[in-house]
Amino acid sequence: MTPDATAISATYRAEVAHPDTVAMQTFGFWIYLMSDLIIFATLFATFAVFSRSYAGGPAGKELVDLTYLLGETLFLLCSSVTYGLVMLAVHRGKKKWVLLGLVVTFLLGLGFVSMEIHEFYGLVAKGYGPDRSAFLSSFFTLVGTHGTHVTFGLIWMAVMMGQVAVKGLTSPVQSRLMRLSMFWHFLDLIWIGIFSLVYLMGVV
Amino acid sequence: MFGKLTLAAIPFDKPIVISAVGGAVFLALVILGLITYYRKWTYLYHEWLTSLDHKKIGIMYIILALVMLVRGFSDAILMRSQQAVAAGGHLGFLAPDHFNQIFSAHGSIMIIFMAMPFLAGLMNIVVPQQIGARDVAFPFLNSVSLWLTAAGAMLIMVSLGVGEFSQAGWSGYTPLTEKAYSPGVGVDYWIWAFQIAGIGSTLTGINFLVTILKMRAPGMKPMHMPLFVWTAFFTSVLIVWAFPVLTVDLALVTLDRCLGMHFFTNDLGGNMMMYANLFWTWGHPEVYIVILPAFGVFSEVSATFSGKRLFGYRSLVYATAVITILSFSVWVHHFFTMGAGPNVNLFFGIATMLIAIPTGVKIFNWLFTMYRGRIQFTPPMYWTLGFIVTFTIGGAAGVLMAVPPADYVLHNSLFLIAHFHTMLIPGTLFGFLAGYYYWFPKAVGFRLQENWGIRAFWCWIIGFYLAFIPLYVLGFMGMPRRLQHYVNPAWHPYLLVAALGTALIGLGIVFLGVQLVVSIKERRALSDTTGDPWDGRTLEWLTASPPAAYNFPKIPVVEDIDAFMGMKEKDVAYRRPEQYSDIEIPKNVPHGLIIGAFAFLGGFAVIWYIWWLALVSALGILGTVIARSWDDDPHYLIPAAEVQRIEDERHRQLAAVAQRCPADAPASPEPVPGR
Repeated sequence: MTPDATAISATYRAEVAHPDTVAMQTFGFWIYLMSDLIIFATLFATFAVFSRSYAGGPAGKELVDLTYLLGETLFLLCSSVTYGLVMLAVHRGKKKWVLLGLVVTFLLGLGFVSMEIHEFYGLVAKGYGPDRSAFLSSFFTLVGTHGTHVTFGLIWMAVMMGQVAVKGLTSPVQSRLMRLSMFWHFLDLIWIGIFSLVYLMGVV
Repeated sequence: MFGKLTLAAIPFDKPIVISAVGGAVFLALVILGLITYYRKWTYLYHEWLTSLDHKKIGIMYIILALVMLVRGFSDAILMRSQQAVAAGGHLGFLAPDHFNQIFSAHGSIMIIFMAMPFLAGLMNIVVPQQIGARDVAFPFLNSVSLWLTAAGAMLIMVSLGVGEFSQAGWSGYTPLTEKAYSPGVGVDYWIWAFQIAGIGSTLTGINFLVTILKMRAPGMKPMHMPLFVWTAFFTSVLIVWAFPVLTVDLALVTLDRCLGMHFFTNDLGGNMMMYANLFWTWGHPEVYIVILPAFGVFSEVSATFSGKRLFGYRSLVYATAVITILSFSVWVHHFFTMGAGPNVNLFFGIATMLIAIPTGVKIFNWLFTMYRGRIQFTPPMYWTLGFIVTFTIGGAAGVLMAVPPADYVLHNSLFLIAHFHTMLIPGTLFGFLAGYYYWFPKAVGFRLQENWGIRAFWCWIIGFYLAFIPLYVLGFMGMPRRLQHYVNPAWHPYLLVAALGTALIGLGIVFLGVQLVVSIKERRALSDTTGDPWDGRTLEWLTASPPAAYNFPKIPVVEDIDAFMGMKEKDVAYRRPEQYSDIEIPKNVPHGLIIGAFAFLGGFAVIWYIWWLALVSALGILGTVIARSWDDDPHYLIPAAEVQRIEDERHRQLAAVAQRCPADAPASPEPVPGR
């Protein structure tokens, strides 16, 4: 083999054309998610350290309304399902169904964020704000960071609705929808961690 | 309208500060004036500031690093001269609050704004070329990283003239950095400079992981990668694992300060040691983030200038991997005195000592690479040899401090200062300066002048020993770090010697500047027309100096380590393909620059509580990202004819060199035993 073996270079070039760009973007996004996971891991660890630092303030039991949480959780889990349907529609090239699915997912996500803001607002109104104790600081920060992520996911989703409507399901748009899908399911997973460790463990 | 910001924030009453600010502003105005006078703004904007070319981004990173090296070093000079005079009855010329800002800024700048941009710059220039790629995986993200780092650096520079910098040390321990004890804007400057630059670094880490894993030339298996690529890879792994922890830690301090939360406060359940744990969970890997790429440079340099294949390539790779993993298991040794208990300290003490093993392996690798080699004593070799000796001394001191009872005696003494400077100056800076000299011709097309490089080295190494060996002694004599003033007259002579050493290092920095100026003046005599000035072994020497925008007209095929040496031996390195094809190159875009500008404004706004500006900046960043995401065709095409023209020119130059002095011709050098 010589370094200028034209045949090999040609096959390599074919590989590095557009499909490879998408694969690299997806792979890069996996690594980004890994770094984001470390952000959440650090916040979970911080929450664990402060999980009993009530400083005379309320404990987990006094904060959690499990029925309300069930509603919140259902919004987010259902939005994951509908996003899964979006990706199925993307693979079949059905633009209208993609848009419809994105709208439904967006509304479900918005429902989740609204419920969370309402929950936070209620706690602060009761005097259980994040400045009450280290436990509450870590609670608000962990749950709030997740909520901020969901909010950014919603902004991203709004942009993607615009791109699907204007550009159609082109390869770059599909790649972005794929990465948003990874992001959205990732936030679902994080929520399951929060639901179990923060809320369920807080109640027992 | 301007939050807490008033004219009183500018320290007119402090002559030292205001003259430094005046000097910096004057220099900036001169540079801006010169650019305007020579009508270079459009050139600068189109060719550099908006560039997505990894080589240009790398050069801009290194310019930033060198500027910040001078800034960080001026802080060092101030500290050493203050301690040289502030003995006994003399109070020196720096007030305590000013002295505190200086040592905080020195550490922050040297780690985050000197070492990090320097390694990002070297990785940018070298890694894609060493793996036979045309750019990094995400060229636009690369530009964002650069401008975020620059935004952070700008914040630190602005803190000099507007307000103040943190007085809590570069590690910013709580509760000192809490609102109750540091109500001013200094800590906020420190937080946001770190936070913004840190996010830039995380993105760099992601970018290089994907680049190295996905973009290697065909045939280049992992065990064929040059060692610098391996160290860049492990550094990227560490960046992606460690920097998010810093992001969270700083965010929690911000929440404590801005929203009155209680993570690290003394009251309401806060736990200040949680801060130290999180900080060093990032901070210790960070040491290896800045050191590993330098290890990569030493490996390349010692192989090239010994004319031999690297000794024990595989063991060097494995040693780097072991260091990467172990670096996450030693962070508690930064605070043994916290009192986590003997068993915890024992675990972290032993883990710390274990790191000396893979590092020792590396030292022997480099020594055996030189053994029986045809060593050429070029400046990079001087830096490498200086590193090996000095780093070993610092390592021995580190193993001593890894013993928890010994650490209880030496903690926060000047012994510690001496130890980590003996690790970081040779282990990082010497390596980067070696890489700077080694790859300079590749980046800009001419070599650096050799004699001034050697003079700079001797100033640095002698100055280094004079400046830091006394600190080991002072540590044993019980002198703590960060003293603005002391009463023990026995310490004074040692501090005078240390100040002398610092002055000598200053001369070394001046010589580096002279070297640059002389080299630019003599650039014709020093020009590198072959692209391979050192008889290099790895693929970056296959390209022209400076490389064409696309680096490689044809992607090379790799069969072994030292791919380029193999090609030269088979006499195929410069064989031309029958025809060239079109090449896709990323278009230049201003979005990275705009994001950096908004990040700077946003950071400044949050520091001074100018909330409307913070909101505008956040929306600006979001809008810029969205605007960029609408561009689906970020490439432009270099047509095959243009490639042909560029390559014709290059091969004409190569032929001219071969005719003029056949001995220097790059093709098929004399075989040397041991290659």
